[in-house]
Amino acid sequence: MNGSEFSWSEFLHMGGYATFVWSSYGLALVMVVFNIVSPMIERKRVIARVKRAIKREANSRQTS
Amino acid sequence: MFKRIWAWIQKFSSPKHFYRISGKMIPWFAVPAAVLGVYALYMGLFVAPTDYQQGESYRIIFIHVPAAWMSMFIYMVMAVSAGIGLIWQIKLADMIAAASAPIGAWFAFLALVTGSLWGKPMWGAYWVWDARLTSELILLFLYFGYMALQSAIEDQRTADKASGLLAIVGVVNIPIIHYSVEWWNTLHQGATVAKFDKPSMHIDMLIPLLLMAIAAKLFYAAIVLIRARNEVLYRERNRQWVKELVEKL
Amino acid sequence: MLKAFYHLLARDLRLAFRSRHELANPLIFFVLVVTLFPLAVSPSAEVLRVMAPGVIWVSALLSVLLSLDRLFKQDYEDGSLDQLMLSPNPLVILVLAKVCAHWLLTGLPLVLVAPLLAMFMYVPDEAIGVLMLSLLLGTPVLSLVGAIGVSLTVAVNRGGVLLSLIILPLYIPILIFGANAVDVASDGMSVRGQMLFLGAVLALALSLAPLATAVALRITASR
Repeated sequence: MNGSEFSWSEFLHMGGYATFVWSSYGLALVMVVFNIVSPMIERKRVIARVKRAIKREANSRQTS
Repeated sequence: MFKRIWAWIQKFSSPKHFYRISGKMIPWFAVPAAVLGVYALYMGLFVAPTDYQQGESYRIIFIHVPAAWMSMFIYMVMAVSAGIGLIWQIKLADMIAAASAPIGAWFAFLALVTGSLWGKPMWGAYWVWDARLTSELILLFLYFGYMALQSAIEDQRTADKASGLLAIVGVVNIPIIHYSVEWWNTLHQGATVAKFDKPSMHIDMLIPLLLMAIAAKLFYAAIVLIRARNEVLYRERNRQWVKELVEKL
Repeated sequence: MLKAFYHLLARDLRLAFRSRHELANPLIFFVLVVTLFPLAVSPSAEVLRVMAPGVIWVSALLSVLLSLDRLFKQDYEDGSLDQLMLSPNPLVILVLAKVCAHWLLTGLPLVLVAPLLAMFMYVPDEAIGVLMLSLLLGTPVLSLVGAIGVSLTVAVNRGGVLLSLIILPLYIPILIFGANAVDVASDGMSVRGQMLFLGAVLALALSLAPLATAVALRITASR
């Protein structure tokens, strides 16, 4: 990029270090996405669990 | 005066209150984190100049160094909140500590992998027993120990206190471990070809690095709140307010 | 207070000597592990001499680790730990007594058997004294820090692997300085710095670890 015109292929090439640079950034992206998605899934699980418990409680109250 | 502060702390730190407030706080961390993160990426990948020694490979620094900082920062947060939980019996602090551990472990892992990906072009090997990488590896083990203990003890209160104490013991040990690893490394200097010296930091390199570090802190703040909210829902699942809240969802 | 200390120390020693065969196990383990290395790597003196400090220290560390269980586990299971915690004496002192007993029964024998292993591993004669001294300063720290780990996991079923996971990272500084002292002494250089470090860590562990252990016991072992 040394002053000359910007080229995407040169940018992606990363001066020959493409594998290392892009796998680092890729892993960082995976980590960020995982850390956002996994607590969201966890939240759904917890809510479902609490709901089930409430239902069970209501059922047992009806039958007894 | 102290009484009023104490009352305020107790009110804010009650799980119910925390749940309500934190829900509103999350976007205030998440949005700036995303904006800053993208901007830092742009600065780091497009604006920052090529390093004259390491070429383009140094750009890994914008991931590696913030991740390493975060892994240490989160351990400190974890130990401090575990200490607060242990001394003042504030349940919320325990939940923050428990919610922090996996995030910190992920950052430590990221720092290790990016470190070795950086090491390959610099040292010619994916792994070199460099002082910083070794310390980072030990930090990852400390996180694993904390999480293992947390999940091994059935009773939640006991698990919180026991793992909290472990986190504090770990914090006392970290400087000793760090110092001894540094010392060990200087003895065996032959193993390392070049250290991860920060390339003579150009201001255009420093700015994306710092921006990325701030973005990472904001990201952590948002995620730890989300995780802590899950902990609140799960641990307070038998409380009336959780039941009422869940039925509305 | 001192009386309670001696009393508990004497009790633990007496109990241990009642089952003498168990007493020797960590020691045999120590020798056995070191013996594996010449078999696995090479019996040549040059190779073994280079590895010796590390091998002996790692083996010592593992054998202390495996013996940590008996520090509180049995007392926890038969209820005598509850009694100790109810006693009017400060728990810190009692913990210290138990750790002392543990060290006398495992750490000290390791120190005494070390010259034999030094011979196995071709450690030069002038380094044997340093090896023993480094173990003498280092093994008490292993017992003290280990006590924190055992007290945290005392109520966990099959906590053996968990214990290693939480304790081994904390052992690293001792390992580094202990092994290095022997290494440096083999080259005939001064080991003053290493010994001072080990001594400093011992002083730190001696003052803080029993406190942490006492707190941990109150958390995990109270039923």
